[in-house]
Amino acid sequence: MTEREITPGQAGDGIERYVDPTPFDPMQAEALTEAQLRYYQASQWQIMWRKFRRHRLAVWAGIILFFFYLNVPFAEIIAPYSPNQRDSAHLFAPPQAVHLFHEGRFVGPFVYGFEAKFDLEFSNWVYTPDHSKVQPIRFLCFGAPYKFWGLVEWNFHVICPAEGGTLFLAGTDRLGRDMYSGLVYGARLSLTVGLIGVAIGMVLGMLFGGLAGYFGGLVDTIVQRAIEILRSLPELPLWMALSAAVPVTWSPLAVYFAITIILGLLDWPALARAVRSKLLALREEEYAKAAEMMGAGPSRIIGRHLLPGFMSHLIASATLSIPSMILGETALSFLDLGLRRPAVSWGVLLNEAQDITVVIVYPWLMMPVIPVIIVVLAFNFLGDGLRDAADPYR
Amino acid sequence: MLSYVIRRTLGMVPTLLVISLLVFLIIELPPGDYLSNQIAQLKAQGEAASIAKVEFLRKEFALDRPFWERYLIWLGAWPGPNGFSGLIQGNWGWSFEFEKPVADVVGTTLPLTILLNFATILFVYVVSFPIGIYSATRQYSWGDYGFTFLGYIGLATPNFLLGLIMLYLANIWFGLSIGGLMDPQYVDEPWSLAKVGSVLAHLIVPTIVIGTSGTAGMIRRLRANLLDELHKQYVTTARAKGLNENRLLVKYPLRMALNPFIADIGNLIPSLVSGSVIVSVVLNLPTVGPVLLNALKSQDQFLSGFILLFVAVLTLVGMLISDLLLAVLDPRIRLGARAGQ
Repeated sequence: MTEREITPGQAGDGIERYVDPTPFDPMQAEALTEAQLRYYQASQWQIMWRKFRRHRLAVWAGIILFFFYLNVPFAEIIAPYSPNQRDSAHLFAPPQAVHLFHEGRFVGPFVYGFEAKFDLEFSNWVYTPDHSKVQPIRFLCFGAPYKFWGLVEWNFHVICPAEGGTLFLAGTDRLGRDMYSGLVYGARLSLTVGLIGVAIGMVLGMLFGGLAGYFGGLVDTIVQRAIEILRSLPELPLWMALSAAVPVTWSPLAVYFAITIILGLLDWPALARAVRSKLLALREEEYAKAAEMMGAGPSRIIGRHLLPGFMSHLIASATLSIPSMILGETALSFLDLGLRRPAVSWGVLLNEAQDITVVIVYPWLMMPVIPVIIVVLAFNFLGDGLRDAADPYR
Repeated sequence: MLSYVIRRTLGMVPTLLVISLLVFLIIELPPGDYLSNQIAQLKAQGEAASIAKVEFLRKEFALDRPFWERYLIWLGAWPGPNGFSGLIQGNWGWSFEFEKPVADVVGTTLPLTILLNFATILFVYVVSFPIGIYSATRQYSWGDYGFTFLGYIGLATPNFLLGLIMLYLANIWFGLSIGGLMDPQYVDEPWSLAKVGSVLAHLIVPTIVIGTSGTAGMIRRLRANLLDELHKQYVTTARAKGLNENRLLVKYPLRMALNPFIADIGNLIPSLVSGSVIVSVVLNLPTVGPVLLNALKSQDQFLSGFILLFVAVLTLVGMLISDLLLAVLDPRIRLGARAGQ
């Protein structure tokens, strides 16, 4: 509109009128820039992702968790040993520090070998590093054989000890089992327990919360009372009682699933409550009413029209309940009520640390505490970030 | 007020019934019972004489009856082999492992459990209240950041691991054993002032260990509530009228923020009681925790059942107290119920 044409008046009254020849566009005032257009046309999930990315702490937590979860599929490759492999020559060996320089000369990452001696006076193992034994760590190497996922025989590792040497990055326990490998394999069970447990809790929560919120009346009252009672019970003693009921004769896999189901069974009340209150609000919305008038059944209305409305919120709150499950499994295994060897989880590893007198002499037995705390913290931050991102009013 | 107290207390009865049924269901879940397992063992050893005795015991404790009868007998609402004798009549059952009544096994641990939980709740209140106010009024100060950081660490560290770490550090730094709830010399002594002092001194570590995560949560919530209130118009108005900052804080926003603070303790109690059970096992405290663990492992069903029920009742009573406190504090609650009728 830089240029305007001057046209003489059509009515013949001699007055000049200024008329813009470009066609009139009624939407002009509301026209959007490219960026705005993308923002407004973004799906709910894209908006959530954008909001989530602004939450620095949550993003970092997500990245850390991603690396932890890498251990789940690739535990065999990442760990230098298998977690139940015993080394009777190295009982209660301390963590071996990784060095780069030997006598001022660069040799790359290596560990010093050590001499084991049994101290008869204090009856404990004493290890003295032997500085003449330089054992370079090998990377992308072939070492101890294993069965990948229990299926394929292989011996490829990301790191291996030197030929004839040892590599105990986090020490060994009373049977000479490598703690670091235990931590890597332990991640497999410890980290998935929360996911499966939360999945079970979510299904139950959506089912009961959905029933209560949609039908209301008597169903609502019953579910509400059940939620109230379950929430007023201390969780851990119940978990203990339930897992004590799991027969000792079951296989590790069966015990694992039993424990996840137990953890999930008591977790649904909080989610059910959230689902119920959201449903109560959403079913009054016009689109839900319209669907009902068009003859859609309850399951279609709930599943197709209402659930997507609060799925994001649900996932965020589920994330926040994963840590409590991880801790639950850790506590149960620590108390001998959960998983047992040969299954390896962080709680199973901590089981070795039950006797405080042993821990004082061999403090590295407490090592599994560190990944537990990191993962729990990361899930808390991630959950906070997700919840903020899922909240449409922020 | 009285009618509210009565109504609230009576409301607990059906809840208790459901919980007792749930507890009984759970302790009956493992296949067989303590005595039938013993019979199987004795049969394997070929000891016929003892079997007769155990069979007699089975009848004595009504373990040969169907589930519903067993439950009602346990509750005391159905005549058992010895007439009405169950929880309602004050008979807490029989511990097969210790061959003593449950009351004798857990007797001394119950008051200590209550004491420990009470101390923890007190700790949570006393610590989180001033810190919460400080963090809210000095938002984004170094102190606020420091407490927030500590709070996150407290939230993330599971209390039994915190117990383990503290046990380790106390040993390394002070050469001190912090397990137990009193010095060994007092264990079988009658109560005296010195014994009470010893118990109180030993209570400090477990209280901190159990209370930390709860305290962290409470600080966060009090801070958030108080911040919400501080940004409201009436605060600005009061400030504009020249009200002194401290008086302003205590008189209006704090009172508003206090309600959720007290209501939240009800939500916190289940996790505190949970924590006290497992921390007791780690720190070897003479509360019901270690007894429960043993009873569960040996399938000593009446003992574990009683403890589970006791722990649940403890939680319910805690929530009752927090509700009553709330009613005392907030007239809307005690009057609102009446107005609603």
